[in-house]
Amino acid sequence: MLSIGTQAPDFSLHTTPDQKISLSELRGKRVILAFYPADWSPVCGDQMALYNQTLKFFHKHNAELIGISVDSKWCHLAFSQDRKLHFPLLADFEPKGTVSKLYDVYDEKEGESRRALYVLDEEGIIRWNYLSPVGMNPGADGILDALDEMDKK
Amino acid sequence: MPQLKPAVNSNDHILGSMNAPIELVEYGDYQCPHCGRAYPIIKNIQKKLGDNLKFVFRNFPLSEIHPNAVNAAVAAEAASQQNKFWEMHGIIYENQQHLSDVDLVRYAAKIALNLEQFKLDFETPQFLEKTELDFESGVRSGVNGTPSFFINGEKYDGDWDEIPFLSYLRSLI
Repeated sequence: MLSIGTQAPDFSLHTTPDQKISLSELRGKRVILAFYPADWSPVCGDQMALYNQTLKFFHKHNAELIGISVDSKWCHLAFSQDRKLHFPLLADFEPKGTVSKLYDVYDEKEGESRRALYVLDEEGIIRWNYLSPVGMNPGADGILDALDEMDKK
Repeated sequence: MPQLKPAVNSNDHILGSMNAPIELVEYGDYQCPHCGRAYPIIKNIQKKLGDNLKFVFRNFPLSEIHPNAVNAAVAAEAASQQNKFWEMHGIIYENQQHLSDVDLVRYAAKIALNLEQFKLDFETPQFLEKTELDFESGVRSGVNGTPSFFINGEKYDGDWDEIPFLSYLRSLI
């Protein structure tokens, strides 16, 4: 994974079929980058469904959450509507996995992003990172602990 | 391994012996089918472990995917005002396909709650707040889906089918 204390590389990806988001647009806010393997994992243990319910805790720390996987913008649209997600999902779709590779969290064998988290500060510096074991939803406690630590500084 | 935060305390619903060697905490959602499947398993485990088990239930409603989960949680909490939390908890899990507000009142009647009192308590903010505090404590404790279990304060990621779960719990006595 990219090291803590380094600048998070900028990128621009589709969030809806007609809209793109660049990381640099979010300067001034903390950003949680949640890379995950694929849309449509089982509901009750789903990481994105969980984060959808913990957004208000992230917002208290001036943090925005972004989900990133190699699924297409159309797949994200359907998934996001089905799960009523209130945060953007970015499509790391073409060329496949470019941003995941840039962040050193691409699984070449599966052709998917690993389950990995980065927390960036207001200037886009990486303050926390975490690579989850395969098949393990990391929950939100690590993110919130990292945001608490950032508040202390 | 994530730790339970806060530890079990007087705000919790506790079944079983206070001095039991095993403390099992479940974070659950009343509309979650996996939690519904866990309900009879936990009941059997309680029967088999007797005084060796203290069981605690905390709310973790995923309301965006389970639109009736919060009201079901509040209904169970409201029943605690008449000392019938566990009766309400049980009847809700036994009927988890039908959890509209009308259904919840019907269950309250079935377990012989004073309905006027129940309806008042259901609207009181304190029970919704309890539900939200449970949820937040779950998030801080590393709950990553439902059901999530903590055994003696530590998150348990093992199998919770009855046979393996029971044999794991027995190994702790």
